[in-house]
Amino acid sequence: MGMTMAEKILARHAGRDRVCPGDLVNARVDMVLGNDITAPVAIQEFRKIGVEKVFDRDRIALVPDHFTPNKDIRSAEQSKLMRQFAQEQQITYYFEVGRMGIEHALLPEEGLALPGEIIIGADSHTCTYGALGALATGVGSTDMAAAMALGEAWFKVPPTLHFVFNGQLRPWVSGKDLILYLIGQIGVDGARYCSMEFSGTAISALSVDSRLAMCNMAIEAGAKCGLIAPDQVTLDYVTPRAKRPFEPVLPDRDAVYQAETVFDVSQIEPQVAFPHLPENTRGVSEAGEVRLDQVVIGSCTNGRLEDLRTAARILKGKKTHPQVRLIIIPGTQNIYRQAMREGLIDVFLEAEAVVSTPTCGPCLGGHMGILAAGEKALATTNRNFVGRMGHPQSEVYLSNPAVAAASAVTGKISAPEEVL
Amino acid sequence: MRGRAFKFGNDIDTDAIIPARYLNTTDPLELAAHVMEDADPLFAGKVRKGDIIVALKNFGCGSSREHAPIAIKAAGISCVIAHSFARIFYRNAINIGLPILESPEAAENISEGDEVSVDLAAGRIENLTTGRVFQAAPFPDFMREIMDRGGLIEYVRWRLSAS
Repeated sequence: MGMTMAEKILARHAGRDRVCPGDLVNARVDMVLGNDITAPVAIQEFRKIGVEKVFDRDRIALVPDHFTPNKDIRSAEQSKLMRQFAQEQQITYYFEVGRMGIEHALLPEEGLALPGEIIIGADSHTCTYGALGALATGVGSTDMAAAMALGEAWFKVPPTLHFVFNGQLRPWVSGKDLILYLIGQIGVDGARYCSMEFSGTAISALSVDSRLAMCNMAIEAGAKCGLIAPDQVTLDYVTPRAKRPFEPVLPDRDAVYQAETVFDVSQIEPQVAFPHLPENTRGVSEAGEVRLDQVVIGSCTNGRLEDLRTAARILKGKKTHPQVRLIIIPGTQNIYRQAMREGLIDVFLEAEAVVSTPTCGPCLGGHMGILAAGEKALATTNRNFVGRMGHPQSEVYLSNPAVAAASAVTGKISAPEEVL
Repeated sequence: MRGRAFKFGNDIDTDAIIPARYLNTTDPLELAAHVMEDADPLFAGKVRKGDIIVALKNFGCGSSREHAPIAIKAAGISCVIAHSFARIFYRNAINIGLPILESPEAAENISEGDEVSVDLAAGRIENLTTGRVFQAAPFPDFMREIMDRGGLIEYVRWRLSAS
């Protein structure tokens, strides 16, 4: 009887021949991640353990990205605490403002998230790296502290749900739409405690950026991780940038899945999630008349180069609707520079958008675009919970970058075809 | 433990438990002052030491912020009972020593304001207002051990000293 990707990766890191769903294992971790919100709590807990040094200074990443550039004095204190810890422990992968990016855009780009690895991060969207074939999952600060001391963490082996996406994608449909559609089908706890494995001809055809966007939102279905088996597309991306050797893991042909669901993607149009849960999805053609005050293109879900290129294709030669603030946030410094070289930033400024330095900022209602009571935003981010982007009486809608860009032009939720 | 029940619905996310606008501090008491604010703005003012949160499915979904169980614990909540928990919240609660119990029957059959008593070790939940008794799912031994030692940090200290 074969194993799924999650089972094989966990077995390998736990030094076992095989594991089964439900087993509790201690497993070695290849990377431990924290940010300016979660690392301060982890550092305080790490001090209580009583060890002097972290287990391996090359296997910890600290990224100030949530409330940075520091939005207020208290945020500055949190960043300072993390910076001092990084200096004291000589953490190799501490990324200062000006060299950083949104963590889940940054780590793949830096070759710090690799096929076959186990990565834990004190951030729920750590599951993003499943797109590269890593078992990556979000944990809390105390887990991060323990892993910084031990280099391992405990895991309950999850059952795996297999989702097969076959067929030809329709125009403007991306990995973001596939995951929104799936969450709409199974609900925000539809994969609770499970590993999700994505495969099929439509997944094979997705770019790395689109795969990262898809796996990023596995957590919004309650999953522990969302995995895509590494293929040539993956290897072409990771090989030139990998910071350490890696060994890809593929699911066994006779892997046992808790359930398998097959979708025909030719039936899926760009999706919009309505307030206040990511499961409240509908096709953009059924969005109705939703007037917008703000559009945000960015975040760990959709702040990558492909996303900015898509937005620029739609915005070129057009203006943002007079009633709308359009905020565009490249995911990393490198993405920002590349977008500038390609002329995308110029397109955005011509369209009267704000272009910001990389930050999680508005996605979690931190800064750089907070909503007032009664305001509506369409965002390429990942959550539309009550109060997520500001006032508890504001509303967030989720979509892909193409729909977001088109909607910024029309001032209401719109399909890309409406402006082209 | 014994307290009044405060009842919440499905999919209470960590942004509702502690909104990100308060995440520029790690002080438990400051966080407690805003606990559950976007689900019930008056909650922090009503809750008394020992009170119990009862919620339906997927409690604590969303962000990994440990500030969520920290805020609940610091507010004096003695236990969270839910139909089900989101996995990161579940893990965080065990790691920091916030008592939680999973019981669909208890979650469905306890109402706002009911008096509830909980025997954590036995997983026994009693609704003193209605007289009904519920049994929660038992914890695996390993998690029990983390809880008995007072959380993950104490557990790790013990493991390191033993080796």
